[in-house]
Amino acid sequence: MLEVTEKFRGAEIFVRCLKDEGVDYIFGYPGGAVLHIYDALYKQDAVKHILVRHEQGATHAADGYARATGRPGVVLVTSGPGVTNTITGIATAYMDSIPLVVFTGQVPTHLIGNDAFQEVDAIGITRPCVKHNFLVENVNDLASVIKKAFYIATTGRPGPVVVDIPKDVTADLAEYHYPETVEMRSYKPVTKGHPGQIKKAVALILAAKRAMIYTGGGIVLDNAAGELIEFTRHLGYPITNTLMGLGAYPGTDPQFIGMLGMHGTYEANMAMHHCDVLIAIGARFDDRVTGDLKHFCPEAKIVHIDVDPSSIAKNVPVAVPIVGGAGSVLRDLIKALHESGAKPDQGVLAAWWGQIKEWQSVDCLRYDRTTEVIKPQYVIEQLYELSGGDAYITSDVGQHQMWAAQFYKFDQPRRWINSGGLGTMGFGLPAALGVQVAFPDHLVACITGEASLVMCIQELSTCLQYGLPIKIINLNNRYMGMVRQWQEFFYDRRYSHSYMDALPDFIKLAESFGHVGMRIEKTGSVRPALKEALGMKERLVLMDFITDQTENVYPMIAAGKGHHEMHLSPERELA
Amino acid sequence: MRRIISILLENEAGALCRVAGLFSARAYNIESLTVAPTEDPSVSRLTLVTGGSDEIIEQITKQLNKLVDVIKLMDLSESQHIERELMLVKVSAAGTAREELKRLVDIFRGRIIDVTNTIYVIELTGTSEKLDAFVNGLDRKLIVEVVRSGVSGIARGEKSLRI
Ligand SMILES: Cc1ncc(C[n+]2csc(CCOP(=O)(O)OP(=O)(O)O)c2C)c(N)n1
Repeated sequence: MLEVTEKFRGAEIFVRCLKDEGVDYIFGYPGGAVLHIYDALYKQDAVKHILVRHEQGATHAADGYARATGRPGVVLVTSGPGVTNTITGIATAYMDSIPLVVFTGQVPTHLIGNDAFQEVDAIGITRPCVKHNFLVENVNDLASVIKKAFYIATTGRPGPVVVDIPKDVTADLAEYHYPETVEMRSYKPVTKGHPGQIKKAVALILAAKRAMIYTGGGIVLDNAAGELIEFTRHLGYPITNTLMGLGAYPGTDPQFIGMLGMHGTYEANMAMHHCDVLIAIGARFDDRVTGDLKHFCPEAKIVHIDVDPSSIAKNVPVAVPIVGGAGSVLRDLIKALHESGAKPDQGVLAAWWGQIKEWQSVDCLRYDRTTEVIKPQYVIEQLYELSGGDAYITSDVGQHQMWAAQFYKFDQPRRWINSGGLGTMGFGLPAALGVQVAFPDHLVACITGEASLVMCIQELSTCLQYGLPIKIINLNNRYMGMVRQWQEFFYDRRYSHSYMDALPDFIKLAESFGHVGMRIEKTGSVRPALKEALGMKERLVLMDFITDQTENVYPMIAAGKGHHEMHLSPERELA
Repeated sequence: MRRIISILLENEAGALCRVAGLFSARAYNIESLTVAPTEDPSVSRLTLVTGGSDEIIEQITKQLNKLVDVIKLMDLSESQHIERELMLVKVSAAGTAREELKRLVDIFRGRIIDVTNTIYVIELTGTSEKLDAFVNGLDRKLIVEVVRSGVSGIARGEKSLRI
């Protein structure tokens, strides 16, 4: 007898795959090559589609969604310009190891390579900034490729995966079967650390006289904050986080001595410089973190735990490398520490903390609190207080980003959402959009600068359409502040093209998009204005804070200098 | 230092681009690269000759391993291995040069595989060094074309690179 199996069009298979993968939201923008898919989306409501206003916005929104939820962000765009518009967003996610699956439409298979209308080589153009990419050449492969894409994006060191789907594939018929598991001989990420290495690490960690724990985005990505807290408290050692790692260890905990690196705290960088054992977990020794490698941690033996072997010993020599997931390795380390029954020498540790307290007493983040003109740091402090430290904060790139990192104390992971690796201006607003979609009832604030904000300002429209009540904190210094700061320090105050001339009226701009705009010009108005805005739970409020134009981010390590060569503000240079 | 890295790669469209792209993106150098399917048509074997300090070579092998299409790899230069390269040389061979060339080919254990009144095509296999020596031994003026395959390599003895 003839067995009749149901067949579906590729576009329907696509939507079913997303549903079976548990995808609730996708961020996208339609076009010719994906019209079959959009038609299939129209006929169902399990997978909800958020229509952005620019494909860059779609990738940043999906990225924000992924960073806040821990689930992969999903993007759907058309071929040609739809694809090229996503590149900045894909590269942003790639640099910060964020799991994204980006579906790009492609011209029909028979036209590929023909310079067809809206054809670009999506596989070629995205290759250097994806973890992997696929071209689906046959509808029978569609479901298994989608399954693989999600698997690759979310396992090992996560990252963006692009799936390029020609239009004819979305029209062709096939049976639907979504694989339950993936088995790839060429892709088997290591998760468990080597027991011998764990033993070596424990011995080194316990023998330390001046230990330092330095962790990055890897803790957040692996949801290992709980393990990190247990490990750090058990040892009593000081801990610092990278820009990407903030919130993985509670920012208000006394063992936390601030962010490290170029604009890190004096105490964190000095402790790095003087430590004898450095325990690095899920961090990659980026140049903004290490400063000049010649001067980096000159006395330290380094234990480096990372899921990506290529991150280990890439920039600095490592005494004990451990390849494995942060959570899994930390659990093994905690177990081994308990089994050893040993604790660090408390007298030696107290002396180390004594030294750190001395560095802390410098009060490196101090700023002038007596001015009428608004200090940007003050705005963030007030936002921190009024939000109870519980907001999701997205940011753009520049001074405001550094101040947000310094002055908003994150007690939980996945609350601080910023483009650390690529440093993408324009990230903040669309990322906030993605976060607010995932957490509609939670406070989501975007701390930005007037130059960054306008880079993806069109997404205000998306926010209105979906009723996303984001609070935009625009620290408006009428400068590309970070550029101006470098020009002040290193180019003799020649402020070449860093003045933000002809700025829009941000109140009218917000209003024209259907939102609320506010301008705040004096220190005394900051708190009441923030209260008022946070009270508008249903509305997006764009708060334009007119801040001190010449404020600089301190402390600072100039490029090419070591951790011990920090500058405080000029009035109070260290001896 | 010169290194020979053997790679088993999924025989899929674009896989070779990923390897080549990695080298250009990270500014590693490729001296030569050969690739062809193995006895299992779903797997390609690639032999890559590169150079650099130990740290750079470590990064190169780690980055290669990270590529999703790379199944397995081996740094052949870490242990005893055999390497071979194939070269085809077209030379003008007229008059007295003919005898001279024939002698040189014999010394290097090459073969003359095509002959006309004025031309020899010579085939030679061996290590890259041997091929270099042969080319250097030729009268430059006689060389019409040189084609080299790039290095292929295999480990000696029991050691092997297989899935
Ligand atoms: C897309 C992009 N272009 C250029 C830069 C270089 N850049 C870094 S910070 C900055 C200035 C940012 O100015 P603004 O958003 O006003 O923030 P501020 O520094 O004043 O707080 C620029 C131009 C970048 N990071 N991203």
